[in-house]
Order: sequence, then C-alpha cells, then structure tokens
Amino acid sequence: MDLNFSQEEQDFRTEVRDWIAANLPAELATKVRNDAPMGKQEILDWQLILHEKGWLTYMWPAEFGGTGWGPVKQFIFEDEMARACCPRILPFGLKMLAPVLMKFGTKEQQDHYLPRMCDGTDWWCQGYSEPGSGSDLASLKTAAVRDGDHYIVNGQKTWTTLGQHADWIFNLVRTSSEGKQQEGISFLLVDMKSPGIEVRPIRTIDGGHEVNEVFFTDVKVPASNLVGEENMGWTYAKYLLTHERTNIAGVGKSYQELDRLRDLAAKQKRNGKPLSEDPLFAARLAKVEIDLMNMEVTNLRVLSAAESGGAPGTESSMLKLLGTEIEQEITDLTRRALGRSAQALTPEVDEPGYNGPHVTPEGFNNASGVYFNHRKTTIYGGSSEIQKNIITKMIVGL
Amino acid sequence: MDFTQTETRRMLADTIERYLRDQYPLMPRVEAGNSETGYQQAHYDGLAELGVMAALFSEDQGGFGGDGFDIAVVFEEMGKRLVNEPVMDNALIPGAILAAAGKTDQVEEIIGGAARYALAAEEPHALYDLAEVDTTAQLSENAWRLNGSKTVVKYANGCDGFIVSARTDAGIGLYMVNAGDASLRSYTTTDGGRASELTLDNTPSTLIAENGADLLAEAQARAIVALSAEALGIMLTIREMTIEYLRTRKQFGLPIGKFQALQHRMAEMLVEIEQARSAVINAANVMTTPGAARDRIMAATKYSIGRIGRLVSEESIQMHGGIGMTWEYDLGHYAKRLIMIDHEWGDQDFHLARFIELGQAA
Repeated sequence: MDLNFSQEEQDFRTEVRDWIAANLPAELATKVRNDAPMGKQEILDWQLILHEKGWLTYMWPAEFGGTGWGPVKQFIFEDEMARACCPRILPFGLKMLAPVLMKFGTKEQQDHYLPRMCDGTDWWCQGYSEPGSGSDLASLKTAAVRDGDHYIVNGQKTWTTLGQHADWIFNLVRTSSEGKQQEGISFLLVDMKSPGIEVRPIRTIDGGHEVNEVFFTDVKVPASNLVGEENMGWTYAKYLLTHERTNIAGVGKSYQELDRLRDLAAKQKRNGKPLSEDPLFAARLAKVEIDLMNMEVTNLRVLSAAESGGAPGTESSMLKLLGTEIEQEITDLTRRALGRSAQALTPEVDEPGYNGPHVTPEGFNNASGVYFNHRKTTIYGGSSEIQKNIITKMIVGL
Repeated sequence: MDFTQTETRRMLADTIERYLRDQYPLMPRVEAGNSETGYQQAHYDGLAELGVMAALFSEDQGGFGGDGFDIAVVFEEMGKRLVNEPVMDNALIPGAILAAAGKTDQVEEIIGGAARYALAAEEPHALYDLAEVDTTAQLSENAWRLNGSKTVVKYANGCDGFIVSARTDAGIGLYMVNAGDASLRSYTTTDGGRASELTLDNTPSTLIAENGADLLAEAQARAIVALSAEALGIMLTIREMTIEYLRTRKQFGLPIGKFQALQHRMAEMLVEIEQARSAVINAANVMTTPGAARDRIMAATKYSIGRIGRLVSEESIQMHGGIGMTWEYDLGHYAKRLIMIDHEWGDQDFHLARFIELGQAA
C-alpha cells in the first residue's frame, strides 16, 4: 500500500502548477474564484492558451493529437487546474463528443470535427434531454426521418447548456419506433445554423442564462452527419457515460472552494470570535472536509485501478453522488457564513475596475446564487436517485 | 386542549386568502425587487385596508389583535402566496418597538398604512448578534448624533424614519432618524425584495428608548413568529406543488410519485412540515410573555424553521428535477424566500447556540 504519487507524477504536478501560474490571466482566475459570470470569449481565450501548449486535448490519445496521458496524469492536470481557478474546459465537444467520434466516427468525421473543436471554430452543445425525457432518457421523441441523402429532424431538446453560443449540437434522435426504445435511437450531428432551428433561453432561479430549449422544425441534416450506425446511438451515448469517470467527483474544485470558505470563516466574527472557532460552524466545516478527504482517496483508488486497465463499475456513480453532495454542502456553508448579507444582490462589484463599497465580503457577492445554482448538480447527468439505482442494481444484482 | 383557531382569526385568514388569490399574481411580486421601493404600494395599502396591520397590534395599541396567533395567521397566509409587501419590516417590527416606547401616534399611522418605518439594528460582520453595536450616540446641542453603519435594512427606501440602535456609556439605546437625514445605498435582494446599507455620519436623531435591548427582544419575538409562520405558509404551497408534480409528471411510463425513492423523500418532507407547524404554534403561544423561557422557545422555533426550510427547499427542487431550477416555474421563487428567511433574525446555528445557552441559564 502506497498512497503517494510517484516521483515522476509529483514532478509532473509541479510542471503543470508552474505553467498555470505563468500563463493563467489573473482576471480570469479572479472571475472563476468569485463565481462571476463568464462570457464565451473568456472561455475560448483560456482554451486557446491551453491549445497552444498542447494541453487542451489532455484527455485524448496521442494518435488523435492528444497528450496520451494516462488517468493519473489527467487527474493531476485537472486537479491543478481546479485549484488554480482556471476556467473550466468546455466538456461537450472535447470530452463528450470527441471520444465517440474517435471510437465510432468515420475518418472523415474525425479529420473534420476534431481539429475544429480545438481551435475554437466549433462550439458544441449536447442534445439529449427533452421535456418528457429526463431521467427516462430512452423515451426521447425528437425524430429524424431519412429522406434521400438527408434526415429531416423534428422535435425539441431542453437543458441545452450554453447552447446560445453553439455552432453545432450532437443529438440523440429517434430513427425507429420498433422494438425496445433504446434500439431506435441514433447519434446525429446538426449544424446550429440550419434553417428550422430555434434556441430559446431558460432563465434559472439564480437569474442566470446557462441552459436553453432547442426547437427543430423540418431541419434538413446530411445523412453523412450520422455517427456510426443508425439505431445504435444509445450504445454510443452509454459509452460516453462510462468513459469519463476519473474526475467526475471534482476533488480539486471542492478543495479550492473549501479553502476559500475557510478563509472567509476566519474573517467573519460570531460572539467576538472568528466564525471558524464557533463550535457549530466548525463542526459542519470539519464534517465536509472529512467527507472530502475520504472521497479523495476513493477517487485515487478508482484512478489507480483505471491506470492498470480496470473495467469501469459503479465507481463513476459513487463519485458523482458523493462529489455533488460535497459540492452542495460547501455552497450551503459559504452562504451561511455570510449571515444577513447573503441576501444582497450587488452584481456591480464584479465589474472590472469596481472599487466602491461591498455589502458581502469581497469575492462572495454571488454566494447565494451559487448555492441555488448548484441544486442542479444532483439533478443533471443522471440524478442522485438514478445513480443510487445504478449502484444497487450492479452490486445487489436483482 | 384545543388547537383550533378562533372564529375571528379564521375569518381574517379567509379574507387575506381571498384577496391574495384574486389580486396577487406571482410575477409582479418577483420583479418588484427591481423597483425603487422593492414592493407594490397598492397591495401594501390593500392589506392595510383589510385590517392586516391592525391585526398585528393589541386593542390598547390601536389594533384588534397583537397576540402571537394573530401574527401567525396573517403571515402564514402571506407566505402561502409569497407576499413580499413589507408588513413585517415596516409595520410589525417598528410598530412593536414604538408601542412599547409609548409612541402611540406613530403606531396609529402604521396601522392605517400612512407611515412606514424600518429597524436598522444589525451591523456588518455582527452575524445576527444585535448586541454587537459599534454605532455610537452622542448628545450635542440638544440632539443625539449617531455615527456608524447598519447592514441589509430591508425596505428602507421611502420610509418615514429609521429606528437605529446605538451605543452610549449606558448601553444600547434606540433612536429615531428622519428618513432624509440618513444616507442609503439600495439593492435588490436574493428573494426579490429590496434592502439598503445605512450610513450614519453625525446624523441627528431623537431618543426613543434607553432600554434598547429589552425592546429588541420584543421585536425579535415578533419577528420570529412572523418569519416562521411565513415559512410555514411557503412550505404548505411547496407541498401542494410537489404533490401535484409527483402525481402528474411521468417517467418510465409511471407518475414519478410511484417510485419509492421519491415516496420516501416526500414522506420525510411531509413529516417535517408538520414539525414546522408545531414549532410555529409553540412560538406563537408564548410570544407576549417576556423572559428567558420564551426566548428559549423562540430560539427552538427559529432553529427548526431554518433546518426544515432548507430541507423543504432542497428536497422539493430535487423531486421536481430541472423544472424546479427555472425562473418561469413558481417553485424556485418560494424556495429562495424560504432559504433567505434563515438569513433574517438569526440562522439555525445562531439559534441552536442560543437555545443551548438559554437552557444552561435556566
């Protein structure tokens, strides 16, 4: 038993840390740290900096222009990025579509789409959920009907994250209503500029605009945009779900948020003492830290198994379940540490150059919004209930 | 033993319920926080006309209620419809303080809806402790001059005056500041209301009462009954929405309420809402009998409401899924207010500590 990273892995961590320190624009890091809204260009700016270094495709195999890093190095890289408050890499193209194209796409599709998602030409979004198909995704109804060299797509997708910026959407569509629901689904790439597509914003409870509804009315899509075989889309989507499992827990991000919370609690006062010394608050803070420490080791165990080629099991469900609950608890404690001032909405303090008074302690203007926004994490990507079903089904086996 | 409300209170509840159902849609209320005052004057006046403000005060104060259960009934009904008219902040709280200080004229104006005041008691970084007062009062040329700052004074814009807590060598007193004499910086609040930071820079004022701590304890007891009853009303509406959703939303070919995972979540929420109702009854029952025993019950109630409020907000959103996260759907607005109630007059940790402390003292 050895819980340490190897010397080579530790050197790699130092290399990544130093590079980020030298290349991450300070104003981007501040925005990420303060949970301030991030524009399209800011996300792309950081991706291009990474691309130039060759690290944007850190999770891709070398044959597709990736780094070829194994799960441990990928984890270290993600961990350092999160702790340094780097803007997140958009997962939709690089992490979700790319593995599917690499495994099931044609050479032409790979050559065309992969470079364009790296250099910022194509912004991808995901077309999975529908109004009637959330947890029960396989019941999806958006239809693609073959018509000569094209498919004609009709239907509606929802919860499309950052679809307002998207150039392309990868859709799960129904191409057959025969047999099991899962067997009539195909994986289709659709140009968002196609006539017949309408994107409508969904405003969330924190007032933000992150997700959208996407409507398809007689949208003509070249048949060559089908990925793999017709009616095999469910298999590809499932491949995607099990593919990303090593950093689903967000350990680095939670440590960064916890550090920030600890600093805040040391500055806030209750009964003349720092809040961090208040027994009730300190106990809550300690409990979430302990959960996080345990989860970190759970994550490392999964990582170690993956590095030696272990097959994926229930780990990604466990890590998703734990990771989101820990994340939510930290946002709850952060909101609470602000006391009465958590009620104030003063977005102007996050504007560049603002140097007026603050109602909430500096950097925490959006803490309540973040708390409410994070309610989504136990709902999206397979709700906690679905993750628990998966875990029990696989382990109890009934 | 009798847990039924009096006929008068039932009629009052029905009157408020009918008015709000017919005339108080949600979206104008949600957007009201962006206006200068943060509320809808026509509805504030409407509620005053219905006798809502009069129900908050006893007969010798010029009202027809003033008991804990009168306040609970009013705020439960307003919570059900997510009312953010500043009945608590601009009428109940300042009115209770002014009544206790013998300022009957001002109480009468409040009851009629003709005047609004706001209590400015909490200071930045005090974390709910109203005894943490750095603001000072000094007598000079026959006026008390105040220096300091107060945080998140709700619905301060447009008020006739502010009741400010300030320290002298003798302790914490309460002072009236004319609206025009204080400097305000206003903003929208997370729950769609409005609040201000109040700065006092040698600001003239008149003394209301020297025994500030006693009056603040009276105000706090009323605030806790009002906020807790409001929270209960919110929970009852969330409960209805969630029942409806579990019955009608289908996944895997079944109403989602057929799935045991959600049945158990729902059962826990239903049980806890009953606990919340009992907590409100406990507080309302002792509101007008000052002392450590009352304050311990107040702490127990506010703690319970904070804890259960979080559970109900989070669980109801979880059971709704994505739709519960949207601005367009009512639930999120109710959940936000329910969570923000924990950020007024002490959160669950504050009151749990207070409960322990008061228990040791008893």
